[in-house]
Amino acid sequence: MRALLRLLPYLRPYRAQIVWGVLIAVGNSAAGVLAPWIVKLAVDSLSTKANSRVLGKYALLLLGSVAVASVLRFLLRKILIGMSRHVELDLRNAVFAHLQRLSASFYNRNRAGDLMARLTSDLERVRYVLGPGIMYPLDTVTMGVFSLTMMLLISTKLTLIVLISAPVISVSVFYLGRITYRLHSQIQDQFSRLSERAQENLAGVRVVRAFAQEERETAKFGALNDEYVSRNIAMVRVQSLFMPLIGLFFEIGTAVILLFGGWGIMHADLTIGDFVGFIGYLGMLAWPMIAIGWVANLFQRGAASMQRLNELLDSQPDIVSPLSPFAPEKMRGEIVFDNVFFRYNGANTLSNIRLAIPAGKTVAVVGRTGSGKTTLVSLIPRLFDPSAGRVLIDGVPTTEWDVQALRRSIGVVPQDALLFSDTLDENIRLGAGDATLEEFASAAEISQISADVAEFRDGYNTEVGERGLTLSGGQKGRASLARALLGNPAILILDDALAAVDTHTEERILKGLRRFAKERTTILISHRVSTVKHADEIIVLDQGRIIERGTHDELVARGGYYAELERMQRLREELDHMNGMANDA
Amino acid sequence: MSENWQQEEEVLGKAYDARLARRLWGYVGDQKRRLAVAVLLLLLGAAGELAGPLLVKLAIDKHITTHNWPGLVKIVLAFLGLALISAAFRWGETYLTGAAGQHIVSRMRMQLFEKLQRLSIPYYDRNPVGRLMSRLTSDVQALYELFSSGVVAIVGDVVTLLGIMVVMVLINWKLALITLSVIPLLLWITFVFRKHVRDLYRQTRVKIARLNSYLHENLVGMKVVQLFNREPKNFEKFDEIGGDLKHTYLRTVFFYAVFYPAVDLVYAVAIGLILFGGGHLMMAGAVTLGTLVAFIQYVDRFYRPVRDLAEKYNILQGAMAAAERVFKVIDEPIEVPSPPRALPLPIAASGQPSIEFRNVWFAYRDDDWILKDVSFSVATGESVAVVGATGAGKTTLISLLSRFYDVQRGEILVGGVNIRELDECALRRAMGVVLQDVFVFAGTVEDNIRYGCPDESLDAVERAARVVHADRFIRRMPVGYHEPVMERGATLSTGERQLLAFARALLCEPPVLILDEATASIDTETERLIQDAIARLLEGRTSIIIAHRLSTIQRCNRILVLHHGRLVEQGTQAELLAMKGIYHRLYHLQFGGVPPSDGVRDGA
Ligand SMILES: Nc1ncnc2c1ncn2[C@@H]1O[C@H](COP(=O)(O)OP(=O)(O)OP(=O)(O)O)[C@@H](O)[C@H]1O
Ligand SMILES: Nc1ncnc2c1ncn2[C@@H]1O[C@H](COP(=O)(O)OP(=O)(O)OP(=O)(O)O)[C@@H](O)[C@H]1O
Ligand SMILES: [Mg+2]
Ligand SMILES: [Mg+2]
Repeated sequence: MRALLRLLPYLRPYRAQIVWGVLIAVGNSAAGVLAPWIVKLAVDSLSTKANSRVLGKYALLLLGSVAVASVLRFLLRKILIGMSRHVELDLRNAVFAHLQRLSASFYNRNRAGDLMARLTSDLERVRYVLGPGIMYPLDTVTMGVFSLTMMLLISTKLTLIVLISAPVISVSVFYLGRITYRLHSQIQDQFSRLSERAQENLAGVRVVRAFAQEERETAKFGALNDEYVSRNIAMVRVQSLFMPLIGLFFEIGTAVILLFGGWGIMHADLTIGDFVGFIGYLGMLAWPMIAIGWVANLFQRGAASMQRLNELLDSQPDIVSPLSPFAPEKMRGEIVFDNVFFRYNGANTLSNIRLAIPAGKTVAVVGRTGSGKTTLVSLIPRLFDPSAGRVLIDGVPTTEWDVQALRRSIGVVPQDALLFSDTLDENIRLGAGDATLEEFASAAEISQISADVAEFRDGYNTEVGERGLTLSGGQKGRASLARALLGNPAILILDDALAAVDTHTEERILKGLRRFAKERTTILISHRVSTVKHADEIIVLDQGRIIERGTHDELVARGGYYAELERMQRLREELDHMNGMANDA
Repeated sequence: MSENWQQEEEVLGKAYDARLARRLWGYVGDQKRRLAVAVLLLLLGAAGELAGPLLVKLAIDKHITTHNWPGLVKIVLAFLGLALISAAFRWGETYLTGAAGQHIVSRMRMQLFEKLQRLSIPYYDRNPVGRLMSRLTSDVQALYELFSSGVVAIVGDVVTLLGIMVVMVLINWKLALITLSVIPLLLWITFVFRKHVRDLYRQTRVKIARLNSYLHENLVGMKVVQLFNREPKNFEKFDEIGGDLKHTYLRTVFFYAVFYPAVDLVYAVAIGLILFGGGHLMMAGAVTLGTLVAFIQYVDRFYRPVRDLAEKYNILQGAMAAAERVFKVIDEPIEVPSPPRALPLPIAASGQPSIEFRNVWFAYRDDDWILKDVSFSVATGESVAVVGATGAGKTTLISLLSRFYDVQRGEILVGGVNIRELDECALRRAMGVVLQDVFVFAGTVEDNIRYGCPDESLDAVERAARVVHADRFIRRMPVGYHEPVMERGATLSTGERQLLAFARALLCEPPVLILDEATASIDTETERLIQDAIARLLEGRTSIIIAHRLSTIQRCNRILVLHHGRLVEQGTQAELLAMKGIYHRLYHLQFGGVPPSDGVRDGA
């Protein structure tokens, strides 16, 4: 329950509404509780001295009191349920804003499906606490107090007899609720498994088909589905008790009133009117009785859900701007790795990295698969922070930079080009919505995407589909390159961005880039010697350590990993070339 | 986000649509008996509840006013017994409909999933995963509500309402007429409410779908969002979509806030009428006091179903819309249909099929031809490379061969048989494909490699991993082959993911091997080792290899050059060089020497 306390700040702006809600609820119950009393008086008058005028008076009184109650009821709903919708939006926005601040390591740990579930169904349950969860208890208390008073006024004895069963109902509804709650969470767990399974199957449909695994996938889904159904049926078994039980409470109450009320009437303690009024109040009381159990339930679920939202809100964003951030007009683009270590969780992925890149220079990074190249460059725009050591940009540690300012001046072409299901134009303009047409044209030209687009019927308005699936591998990579160039960054990072591009296009891109890169710091990751050989410095990573560094010529002369790489690539070329020459002749 | 994302969500059924209803009825199948019993219990329960006020009337008129204590006790006992029985009936009814609903809906969910397994790739090109997910989850859930609390409960409510009216008329038709005279008013209120709420309901659905899809894209792409400083803008948009949804909700709240009190008011009018009109009738001796009390109770019981029906209407309507969408998927024609009598894959004596493309034309959309009149053949055991600029149509070629799409003109033959006549699964099993877009599943490393051949031993898995030199990084992981892999392999490096996909394709030892840029993200050294290993492993296997690095394809017997969707050159490397065409230029560009006279992309 304590989890729900976190909602208080979100309720503060709506204090006035809550106060009004309380007042209106009191008024509503006070007006509502009159109706059975009026009916009682009318029935009593019928058995004695009725006439048109009296009857008309009672009918009008009844109508009047119910009319007042209805208007108040309207206001109550509108104010309180409406408020819950306002708070829902505020809370959703708050969680979303918080999620925006959480870093890559958070998203590596959490599945998108799970986060979605928290922001949708959990949020909805929290809203129940705020809307019905506030409104019904108010009702319960006011209605309960008023109708009890009236019942006591009619007959203390009868009231006590009738109420004997009340706690039984409240308690059993509460316990049923507890069981329901447990079953419900089991169902939700199974539902998550089922949806994750389906989600993977649909997202990976091309692999499923390529390996002809449809049948096995269906069998796996079927097994999960069967379990899901049997858990649901267990729930149905319990839940179906709910309404009949509540109905029973009312009927038993009526029977008790009939019996003891009848006794009272026979002994002239009570009138028929009392009897009718009493049944009316029983009806009014039944609801609060039920509501107590039901609302308790609502709060339990709401608290569990709020707990899940709190977990998100409590995830500390580990990458935030400091209190007085460094945010210069313009970044020069000097990068220094000062004895940097980094690890994801187990062993060090990067060790002892010392690297200084003067502004405007180009550095290339090569190394085996999994040697830590991507990890190294992800420290620059601060997707992660080093575990030890510092990364300095323009002499200032990245941790002291304003994160926005830092990232604004860094253009990254990630290794997997992640595009959004939008038009090509929107995708390229992602970081620079206000770029001019010339800038756009130049970015498209350098990245060589323009030639492809010329052939698209809808040009830049082509919808690229989910994750850009209607583009070819190379087109995706180049769209992502254009996106990075358009921001006019001081530092440009290309993480194997040209892997999916043919040699000819690559050559053109590199030529364009060299012009573009002249006054920018550039970091190039690649496996091809041809791509990296013009760099001012080349570093070789192996298992997270820099094992070689220098210019192309120096490294070739040194005879290490890079030289071997160069030799291998050259050898094949030559071999090839010789073959070709021989055949040419 | 694209507009057509939402279009589908806007389909809104009528609350009752005979065609859909008939079709839904078909799913009831073996649950018919359960439902029949439920309806029976429901009718009995309703009858029991109807009898209650009658007993009260009896008690007042016959026993209380005449001071007959034993008689009263008997009536009360009867009343209690009846109450217990009808509660039991109601419980049974609710349980049976719920259970039946679960079974019915489970069958629909399975059918939907099976259909999704058969729908072809073009369908997936058009439909985002999120949309298909909501077919499988929220739409099916809406149908459950229809079966569990919709149909049967509505029947129950209607029966109760009619029953109350009939009993009232039977007791005293004059008083009944007076009491029921408010019904037109009630109908009018319900009608107005329904009309507005229906509209709002539709809007709500559309807006929720929009909010969810926007949220999903943001979560999946958060890294890029952050890198490009899009947080404020995206927040603004998120807030806008959420605010829009809130607005719709608030309007819905308004109508509910009007509706319920309005019904209460009509209820008060009815009671007032009973007191006034009934009072007059009583003074005239036309009704008894017991009758009056019974009427008051009946009116009480009349209003619960009325309120319910208004809500059930929403369920019904939501369910019909959901059914419409679910059936749309189930009825979706399969664009790449399996042949009615599939032929087995003809395998040559060497154990490997040949491949032939004959005048193939293909377009993803209308007549935007991506492949134009492509013809070539790969003999049994031959290894062929495909080169060409990005966007030339290489991956498309592979997709066609796997029969992800059907060609518009021409034909593709495997082992001399048109692939349209082959069994799809057999065709795909025969081909080990490493797709350009690597996809790894959440699970373990081992599961991922074993994906295509789930029965292979761990030994075989390790062997496949060793061939592609993936075992080096796998063994470095804390629990090796049992290491969990996150969604889409988020915690692996790109090259590592590619190695996993490669091992996965090799595990099944397919007769045909197809590599689409399978080593693009892998370092040269490892790549060379892999090539050596594969060369041994697949000595003389039919294979198609796509690569931008010409060094990767040196072992191939023949090279095809694809240019703007046309096959412009083919032959051995030597022949191509001799042609002095595109390949010649490409070659010299990559390996130095003669600079290209003009661009390949705009040349030829
Ligand atoms: N699913 C699709 N729907 C519509 N168009 C597509 C689809 N897939 C690819 N295309 C288009 O077809 C053309 C050829 O794409 P394909 O993927 O075959 O190229 P590719 O030769 O493999 O290129 P790359 O070397 O970049 O991978 C491209 O212009 C691409 O935009
Ligand atoms: N989010 C992560 N969590 C845990 N481990 C990770 C994560 N990302 C990468 N790794 C591991 O860290 C190591 C370095 O990964 P990185 O992506 O930096 O390699 P890389 O040099 O870019 O490789 P490639 O050439 O394949 O792109 C790899 O062994 C990888 O498995
Ligand atoms: Mg990498
Ligand atoms: Mg491709």
